[in-house]
Amino acid sequence: MATKSKKPAEISRESLASFKEEVLKKYPPKVARKRSKQFLLNEFQGEDAPQIEANVRTIPGIITMRGCTYAGCKGVILGPTRDIVNITHGPIGCGFYSWLTRRNQTRPDTETSENYIPYAFSTDMNENDIVFGGEKKLKQAIREAYALFKPKAMAVFATCPVGLIGDDVNAVARDMKQEFNDQGIDINIFAFSCEGYKGVSQSAGHHIANNQIFTHVVGTSDTVTEGKYRINMLGEYNIGGDAFVIEDLLHRCGITINATFSGNSTYDDFARAHTADLNCIMCHRSINYVAEMMEIKYGIPWIKVNYIGVESTVKSMRKIAEYFGDQELKDKVEQVIAEEMPAVEAVLKDVKPRTQGKTAMLFVGGSRAHHYQDLFREMGMTTLAAGYEFAHRDDYEGRKVIPSIKVDADSRNIEELEVHPDPALFKPRKSAEELKALEDCGFEFKDYKGMMPDMQPESLVIDDLNQYEAEELVKKFRPDVFCAGIKEKFGIQKMGIPMKQLHSYDSGGPYAGFVGAINFYQEIDRLVNTKVWGYIKAPWQKKPELVASYAWNDA
Amino acid sequence: MSKLLRHTPVEITERQALSINPAKTCQPIGAMYASLGIHGCLPHSHGSQGCCAYHRSTLTRHYKEPISAGTSSFTEGSSVFGGQSNLLAAIQNMFTVYEPEVIAVHTTCLSETIGDDVPQIVDKADKEGKIPAGKHVISASTPSYVGSHVTGFANMVKGMIKGLAQPKTKPNGKVNILPGYVEPADMAEVKRLARMMGVKTICIPDTSGVTNGPLTGEFKMYPDGGVTVAELQDCSNSKGTIAMGFWASADGARYLDTEYKVPCSILELPIGLGCTDAYVDALRTIAGAAVPKEIEFERGQLVDMISDYHQYFYRKKVALVGDPDQLIALTDFLVSLDMLPIHIVTGTPAGKRFTSKIEEITRDIGYKVNVREAGDMFLFHQWIKQDTPDLIIGNTYAKYIARDEDIPLVRHGFPIVDRVGHQYFPTTGYRGGMRLIEKIVDALLSRKERDAPVETFELVF
Ligand code: SF4
Ligand code: SF4
Repeated sequence: MATKSKKPAEISRESLASFKEEVLKKYPPKVARKRSKQFLLNEFQGEDAPQIEANVRTIPGIITMRGCTYAGCKGVILGPTRDIVNITHGPIGCGFYSWLTRRNQTRPDTETSENYIPYAFSTDMNENDIVFGGEKKLKQAIREAYALFKPKAMAVFATCPVGLIGDDVNAVARDMKQEFNDQGIDINIFAFSCEGYKGVSQSAGHHIANNQIFTHVVGTSDTVTEGKYRINMLGEYNIGGDAFVIEDLLHRCGITINATFSGNSTYDDFARAHTADLNCIMCHRSINYVAEMMEIKYGIPWIKVNYIGVESTVKSMRKIAEYFGDQELKDKVEQVIAEEMPAVEAVLKDVKPRTQGKTAMLFVGGSRAHHYQDLFREMGMTTLAAGYEFAHRDDYEGRKVIPSIKVDADSRNIEELEVHPDPALFKPRKSAEELKALEDCGFEFKDYKGMMPDMQPESLVIDDLNQYEAEELVKKFRPDVFCAGIKEKFGIQKMGIPMKQLHSYDSGGPYAGFVGAINFYQEIDRLVNTKVWGYIKAPWQKKPELVASYAWNDA
Repeated sequence: MSKLLRHTPVEITERQALSINPAKTCQPIGAMYASLGIHGCLPHSHGSQGCCAYHRSTLTRHYKEPISAGTSSFTEGSSVFGGQSNLLAAIQNMFTVYEPEVIAVHTTCLSETIGDDVPQIVDKADKEGKIPAGKHVISASTPSYVGSHVTGFANMVKGMIKGLAQPKTKPNGKVNILPGYVEPADMAEVKRLARMMGVKTICIPDTSGVTNGPLTGEFKMYPDGGVTVAELQDCSNSKGTIAMGFWASADGARYLDTEYKVPCSILELPIGLGCTDAYVDALRTIAGAAVPKEIEFERGQLVDMISDYHQYFYRKKVALVGDPDQLIALTDFLVSLDMLPIHIVTGTPAGKRFTSKIEEITRDIGYKVNVREAGDMFLFHQWIKQDTPDLIIGNTYAKYIARDEDIPLVRHGFPIVDRVGHQYFPTTGYRGGMRLIEKIVDALLSRKERDAPVETFELVF
């Protein structure tokens, strides 16, 4: 039976609310109890807004979208930087799977500039190393890597068994750095205790990565990039070339990107990050820690930006201009916006009649399930349901809930660094009066309002969606497009619903900025209007009755 | 053009500790793939959830099909106190929510390092009533720090036999086929040849129809394909086992032999002319029947193709990277085409058995052959820089080398994440040989045409 021909449920408060009940029925009581807290109808806003449970353990046996701490640390945060030799300390698998599988594009300056992204380095631990310890092998691996590549920096990532067998990756990194420095070799070596089980998802790995980069790299170089308006882009990983688009856009406005964390970045970007005058956060979940710490230690304020969606892009560009306050910059920003808009409008005009009124569901990451709703809205599409894979409550409900988030055992695992103003390098970028003046005009520092306030009341918010729930959602509501990751893609498509990957973009992109929005509009138009779903039934399945229509049958 | 692997030097220095660009991956993914070849089976990864996410993603990228599997979702607590309660909960939750016939549990390096005793935990689950009547939980120990994905596959093949085969009752007249770590299309082809020979088979495992399913408008978590539980229970009653690929299949076959006295023949993978001949010959002996005309016809077509295009193969140098079973059969095929397999690397620690076998096959080709087990693609690339081949055969990762060195690439092996076809079209059997030839000829001649100057650009080949 083609699911296509089944009539999808009407979208209403009732049908959405009853969905939760129907789905939970299947679970054993303990599971149902837990899942019910991660699942709500977005009907109340403001003070009455309900709490959603997030960043809690996935239930064993439930087929989750989530990955691990190592993936969040090595894969997400450090993966996109091209000139650090990243050594995975562990058996071969972890290093293998994180080898080139995230689409972090990078553009080395010259033909000979360092670029280790196409390489996978691993200690490939064997049984002997597990039994007798792997520190010696790790040290040897670092020596061999240096002999071959002479990089300026190396990083070591711990995988699951490493912590258990007592290998101290941080001590090894320290010793090896010392060993090289003693020989007069200038190299930085640091490590990440990002064993996969450390947290409940990739999120723990982001935090660990933030801590170590902040501790070991940020602030180690005093070279200041040239430019009048110097910012850092945080939480932009250059999937499908997004960072290239943003770089180009800001460059045309006269804004200098001093460092990106970490799309298309280099080690030196991180080292001089403390010299910027503003931190702009794209993916709040993965990188807010570094922004917070830089503010305390160096006095750099941070703002939330978003380059996904035209409206958000425009807002973000104006926000940066407003921060610096110069009319010249503001004019330039308006000029660039004016240059970009005609192309956007032309494509929207073409595409919107075909996308208007269609529906979407987004379950991905820690920010994209929110950001991409803007693009759908611009195309006249409605988001019926959305949720994150590994975000925290603040990403749903806004940073105002941070004080009320209870710290459980899993979060306590991840070190919170104690940071103080740097005696030499702390420098407030704006005076208290200037900040106040900006705030009085509605300028928001350090704020992220989360996904829920931006969604309509008739929509579902579901944290850590699993395979069974995804299938039920699709069966019941039949959205026109479903967005998630590679693991979810083909199950959804078997049901005849197009699925767009919002981690890897299905090899598409870029989707950031104006150019990216155009790409996305066209991609969604292609997906929701493709003929392929119409081919699922063969002609004889559509009309099974046998009619003797061929003349030669009568003979 | 700018180089991708720009830091790889020509000069080789021995490395003891650092692996660069692996030519293997870890055991659990092989176990997961094998489990998918049981009908109604939900693979389960006993460890933290990252491994499972990585394995599912990689299999999904390779097959472009939904790959379902559970995980014990270890946290710090489970890694200190053991994963028993996680696995017990997982078993109960999976039977309730996903309703599989079988759960196939494999371990990860985490649960292995902790020392979880999975069979004992499964026993406990059974005693506590967490396994519904008529349903099964099987397991395999797959520590990732031993062997490779091929070892994991082999361990799960053995695990499914061990977990499900019943004591011998009455002969079923069938032959167990252990097809090895090959594609679903390859398994289907191996079964087709047996069918043509009139041999009834139990294919362990059988991913055809599972990881290459149709688009029907319906998501079937358990697709129609796969060896059934009933068949696995019955495999002890078969008259013999043909196991293909030593590293992927020998353990399972030997287990059946020692435990249930089901005799086995261990063959190479039936890739290429000679190895397919060996398979067909084995079937012939077992069936006690003449090889039918249809099979001889297919064989004749393959030989015909070889003769038609021999001039383009003759003494062309090939570099191969992949899994040991595949490499042996491929090398044998290339030699039979009068090609020169000159660099051969597997990441799997396959020992002397592998290197001597390759040396034996290539002994008379009159060219120095580099062969390495437990090697990596960094070394492979260095060898290629030292003696440039005309063709590379390897998985998708080899394309970085192919582009840098400007050498045509035929994709073969695991994973292939950037092209389509491996799921649907076999490289096993005579027809598979024909497909390989088609690919090789296409790669070599396309290159020739790309590089030909105006005066020698030809219409006919
Ligand atoms: S932790 Fe072990 S099992 Fe998991 S991906 Fe890494 S090597 Fe494989
Ligand atoms: S939430 Fe999205 S943008 Fe943020 S790290 Fe994850 S995939 Fe990347």
